[in-house]
Formats: sequence, structure tokens, C-alpha cells
Amino acid sequence: MTKPLLEVEDLRVRFHLRTGIVEAVRGVSFQLGHERLGIVGESGSGKSQTGRAILGLTPPPGEVVAKRLTFDGIDLLTASKRTLRTLRGGRISMVMQDPKYSLNPVMTIGEQIIEAYQAHRKASRGEARDKTLAMLEAVKMRDPSRVFSLYPHEVSGGMGQRAMIAMMLVTDPDMLIADEPTSALDVTVQMEVLRILDELVAERGMGLIFISHDLKLVSSFCDRVLVMYAGHVVEELEARHLREAKHPYTQGLMNCLPKLKDDIRPLPTLNRDPAWAL
Amino acid sequence: MTGAPLVQQPSGARAWLLSPEPASRWQARLGRFYLGWRAFSKNPLAVLGLGVVLLLILVAIFADLIAPYSPIIGGNLRTERLLPPSAAHWFGTDDLARDIFSRVVYGSRTTLWVVMLVAIIATPIGLAMGTVAGYLGGWVDTVLMRITDIFLAFPRLILALAFVAALGPGIDNAIIAIAITSWPPYARIARAETLTIRNSDFIAAVKLQGASTPRIILGHVVPLCLSSLIVRVTLDMAGIILTAAGLGFLGLGAQPPMPEWGAMVATGRNYLIDQWWVAAMPGAAIFVVSLGFNLLGDGLRDVLDPKAAK
Amino acid sequence: MTEPMLDIQNLSVVFGTGRLRVDAVKDVSFHVEPGASFGLVGESGSGKSTVLRAVCGLAPISGGRVMVNGQAVKSPRDKSFYRTAQMVFQDPYASLHPRHTVDRTLSEPLAIHGEKNAEARILEALREVGLGPSFRFRYPHQLSGGQRQRIAIARALILRPKILLLDEPTSALDASVQAEVLNLLDELRVRLGLTYVLVSHDLAVVAHLCDRLLVMRQGEAVEETTAAALRSGQAANEYTRALIQASQGFARDGVEPVLV
Repeated sequence: MTKPLLEVEDLRVRFHLRTGIVEAVRGVSFQLGHERLGIVGESGSGKSQTGRAILGLTPPPGEVVAKRLTFDGIDLLTASKRTLRTLRGGRISMVMQDPKYSLNPVMTIGEQIIEAYQAHRKASRGEARDKTLAMLEAVKMRDPSRVFSLYPHEVSGGMGQRAMIAMMLVTDPDMLIADEPTSALDVTVQMEVLRILDELVAERGMGLIFISHDLKLVSSFCDRVLVMYAGHVVEELEARHLREAKHPYTQGLMNCLPKLKDDIRPLPTLNRDPAWAL
Repeated sequence: MTGAPLVQQPSGARAWLLSPEPASRWQARLGRFYLGWRAFSKNPLAVLGLGVVLLLILVAIFADLIAPYSPIIGGNLRTERLLPPSAAHWFGTDDLARDIFSRVVYGSRTTLWVVMLVAIIATPIGLAMGTVAGYLGGWVDTVLMRITDIFLAFPRLILALAFVAALGPGIDNAIIAIAITSWPPYARIARAETLTIRNSDFIAAVKLQGASTPRIILGHVVPLCLSSLIVRVTLDMAGIILTAAGLGFLGLGAQPPMPEWGAMVATGRNYLIDQWWVAAMPGAAIFVVSLGFNLLGDGLRDVLDPKAAK
Repeated sequence: MTEPMLDIQNLSVVFGTGRLRVDAVKDVSFHVEPGASFGLVGESGSGKSTVLRAVCGLAPISGGRVMVNGQAVKSPRDKSFYRTAQMVFQDPYASLHPRHTVDRTLSEPLAIHGEKNAEARILEALREVGLGPSFRFRYPHQLSGGQRQRIAIARALILRPKILLLDEPTSALDASVQAEVLNLLDELRVRLGLTYVLVSHDLAVVAHLCDRLLVMRQGEAVEETTAAALRSGQAANEYTRALIQASQGFARDGVEPVLV
């Protein structure tokens, strides 16, 4: 196996609250190569905080500690703010859940992508513009030059999310963290956005961390899945071997979904074993 | 994000207050109140503001016990006029040989009276206008908000002048003038809050239970508007005190010999150069109380209206 | 044939006028038998929630006819309507008053309708939705999403309605909590003889809870079908097939889904 892109060992995210210390992420370790890694968990499992901690976006009063947190050999914990800034958006990108909140409402989509590109690559405005239009075409916008001059409120949710992906991928990052990138979208649009994401990731040989609550979606999209519960990884498995999941939480999570085919009534529910949280 | 909290469990009364499973309506309410107080008491300036306001109330209640002299009847005009601060007269005496400390102490009653009456008159009017306009919308909203605009257009002092001219000078007329010019902003705030609440699911839910419009407004909309309104009213108190003092200063508010801080500053103006204490002492009282209300309002905002805090 | 509990004929809902006119629901008809469970499926903007809101008076009925329990609905709805039909909303974080305890939330409908022995009714309502009396004096912020939704269901059921309108009742919940709430709804329907109309974007959820369903798109009815037909993958309409396909998860070499 080649050298991993991202190495995470014993990652912990702590929040110092008035009521005491709450550990949202408790000792998560994994490695990411040029592959699609899914992180699945329910709300409160720490999956989003894991993604944010890697990018150094843990909101205050959070504190991140880890035995090892390196991206391509660069230690993300000790790196200077400057280094982090060039990494973020340059070599590591993040797609958030809702494009409504991630795009600047008073700038056109094209301008935003150009700005993102020029922040990380030395390029003339003309080059940046060409690159932006190419990127908008890559995310299957029907009329890239029209979308270029639209404001975020003028596009639909699916288009907004594709614009977001275009913005995040315009710098050709080595790694993309996608936190619930399609949860705010309708199912049919969701599939379209995922297909685009899938193509681009495969084409560019990126590493992808796909964070979602949707086990079905993640297992059908990713190569490998980490299942998180109460701040740590309870199971790591190959996506295609999901059916053979050993941990009762993973099994429970899979079984409790109503299925179109072979439906069970009543649905099996999850009996949370307090031991899983230990 | 939840996780395993690593703290010791609180004990005794605190545990009861913070219980996640209150056993009665009262325990639930007190628990909420306690949480608010805990957040409030974290802010030393807010506590200071609360202290000043409490002090004002106590001084007003116990003015008879605190004041060493009569606020109205002066001493010997030949020997006790315009005396500087001393052990006998802490704040000195004024041109009629009255003890300024006693007058400031009694003046707190006037100030408190103004603050209370304005709060009691203006807040409910503003709240009612705003919530009704916001909740019902349509032409009701248009009519009520245009009325609000008309009142908003009155300059406070000019209206007070008109009132005083019509009804004669006096603190009560001044208060009415202040009250009817201070509710429009409250109506605006209450309406803005109501507009965001109106379309929420919990209002739709109570509508679907067959609740009448007054019931929805009083029981469901008003409680949510109240906190931001309390904050605003508290912050406005400083301005109201200043306006009342200003009217007193112009001779349109409290009439002599009633002790009123604004009127006292006005008398002191004649002696500003040589006998500074005559104007400075009531002025300082106005300053301290206004500041107290402002600090209290800021603190309340942090607790009651977390959206507006920095 | 028994008289339907809910009968909707050629319903249309229009918001605004002139240039701002939006036809949210266009000529939709369906009916639900007493004790049955009917699903409305569609994506955002399909008008599925608007149909529910029109039934209970939160949206205007611009055309057509809505009959509930054999009677045409009156505008504004009268108190007896609200004793027949109740609704559960999508977002349990938005549907409970943030300053009201569970006790207040549950006693409100009883007070409005002048019901006696509120105390016992509240405790019974809590028990029905699987919550103990310890929840009675909690505020919404002291409850989890699933617990809040249970309270919302208890509130809807406390007046003993005949028909329950469910607007995406589980889409804001975690999968494991969703299963619990779906089971609760299933059990309550049988036990209390309720009629359900369930709105959801999730085909699997609708197929689980309902026998018959209507697929909607952009305000129009696309196809009325049965859960059994969905299970066997039969769908006359292309859009329904696309929804079925999408609900199976991501297919790398799958058929290109229909773009909206």
C-alpha cells in the first residue's frame, strides 16, 4: 500500500462547557488513501466533529488533541495558521450540508469560484475564469456561462450544491471532506449530485471522506465505512461487506430502516447497549 | 453533540433546581429561573446594574428613614445656605438651605415613580399593538402600524410641552407624555418577533387544536415576545429618566418644592462655578441610575435574548 | 362500501394572485377508508404537504371538495373538526412551544375544548406514546428529538381524533429513532382505530406504514398505487420508477435517474 494521504490516530475533540468537559470525539483513528471513506453515525456520534477537527474548524470552546494528525506528512496540529490556510481550500476542501449557508449571497457564483481559485493558485483573471467555466461544466451545469453570473438565491438547491462542489474542486485538492453533502436535496437530485462527485473524485484520484447519517447511501457510494457511536469508531468495514457487519450497532442501524422489499412489521429497534459507549 | 459528561453531579438544592425530571410545574419554572440567574450572575457588570436598581428601590421605599433632614423645609437661610459637603450635610445644602442628600434621597421616589409608570403604561400598549398587528396581519396590521408611525413621529419633548401646556405642569402629565411617545418602538419589536413566531409549527399546532385568536396571542405569542421587550424597556429606562430630568430641568416636570433630580440640576446651574455640589450631586444620581439600568439591560439581554448578544 | 373517512375531489390550492400566483396543488383527488393508512409521496415542491394543510385549514381550498368523516369542511373550521382531525408536524424542534412544559402543551387542547380531568388524561396520553410521568414537567429543550415527536403525537391524540395527518413525522429523526416512532404510529393506529394520511419523501417509510399511496410531482397527482406494487417494483409511471430507483441507494453503473 502506498503512503496514506491522511493519518489520524487517537483524535479527541473536547468541549469545555460550564457544565464540565464533554468529549464529542473520543479516540478516533483511521488512515485515508486515494479512496472513498464513509463515516456514518447518528446525530451526536461525533462524525461531523471528526471532519471539522481535521480541517481545524472545531468551533470554540472546542479543543482538538491527537497522537497523530498528518496530511501528506504535514502535522496539522502544529502547523502554522498560514500553512493551514493554504492547505484548506487548496489541497483539502470541504463541502457542507446546505449550499444556502455556504455560498456568499451577495457574490455571483462565478466570482466566488474565481476567488477560491485565485486564493490558492497564481493565475490571471482570464485563466481563473476559464478554469471556473470548465469546472461549472464539469459539474454538469447546462449553461455554465449563465450560471457563472447568477447569485446563489437564483439557483435551486441541487444547482447550488453542484456550484459548491465546483468551488471546492476548482483548486484540484488532494482530499475532499463532504459533510452530508446531499442531505438537503431531493432524492433524485441527490443521486445526480453524487454521480458528479463520484466521477470527479475518480478522475482526479482524490481522497474522499463522506460523512453521513445515511448508512444505505454511504455503503453504496464508498469503498470503506467507519461506523461511529458516542464519539468513537465501533466498526470499520469494507462497504461491500456491510451485510456481514459484526457490531450490533451497525446491524441494528441497518435493520431498523424500513425496506421497500421484504418489509418487517414492527421494525426491529435498536437496543442501545451502554457498553458500546465505553 | 452529546458525549459522556465527565462532571460530578450537583447536589442538594442545585440538583433539585437542575433536575432533568421536574416533579411539578413550580420546580420546572424555578429550574429555568435558576439557570437564567446563573448565566446572569456570571456577568459582574450586570450584577452591578441590578445592585444599583435594587438600591434605588430600597432608597425610595425607606427614604423617610434614610434622609436626615426634610427635603422641603430648609434650615436657617442666613447660616446654612449653599454649604459645601460636610459631615452634617453629606452632599452640602442648596440655595434654600435644604440638605441636598435628603433631597436626592427623596428624589429617588420621583424617579422610580416615573420609571414604573412609564413601564406599566408603555409596555402593555406596545406589546398589544405589536402582537395583534403582527399576528393578524392584513389591514389590521396596516392600521395599527400607521398609528404607531404617527406616534413615532412626535418629538418627545415637544409633545410633553404640548401636554404640559394643555394640562398644566406636573410630573404626572410629563409621565403621560413620555409614556405615549415611548411605546411605538416596543410595538415594532413585538411585531417583528410575532412575524417570526406566527408561521411556526407550534402556532399552527395550537391553531389546529381549535384555539381562539386571543388565546393564541396571549398564551403563545406574548410569552415569546416578552423577553426581548423586557430587555428593550430596561435599556430605555436610562433615556426615560433623562427625559424626565430634562423636563424637570425646563421647569415642566415636577414643580417646586418637590425634590426631583432634573429640577435640582436646574437650580444648581446658577451656582455652577462656586457651589458645584448643588448641580453635581443630583447629576451624579441621574448618571448612576441611568448607568445601572443600562448595565442591567445588557445583562438581561445576554440571558433572555441570546440572539442579540454579541 | 363504507363511507370514506377523508374524501378529496379535484382539490386545488392557489397562493397569491397575478404574477405571484402559485398553483401549489392542481386537481388532486383521493379518498381514505376509515381505519386505513394512505400515503402521499413526492419531492419538495410537489404539494404533498399543502394537501394536508388544506385539509386542516392551514392552506386555502381554492377549488374542489374536501369531506372529512362524511361532512364537507367549513371555513373557518369549527371546534368539532379539530376533534375529528389532528396533525403531527415534521420538525419536532419547531412544533413544540419552547417556553411551555410538556404538561402545558398537553393541557392546552383539553382546556380549549373544556375537557374534564386533565390530570388523568395527560398521564394517559404520555403512557400511550411510551413516555412516563417523569416527562410531564419538562421543557422541550430537555427532550431528545424522538421524545419531542412522541409528545407531538400525544398532543394530537389527546382529543381522541379519528384521523391523523402526519407531515413527514420521522424525517428529522435518526434512523433508529425513526423505527421506534414508526412502530408507535403503527401500534396506535390499530389500538385506537385511527385513519392516517402520511406525507413523506421516503418511499420506504410510506410503503411501510401505508397500504395505498399517491405519488405527487409539482402539484399534480402522478400515480395512485399500492405499497405491494411498489415492493414488487411495479410502477406505471417513469417518475415513480425513478423514485424507487433512487430509494435503493447510489448505483454506480445504474440507469441515469430522471433529472428535475
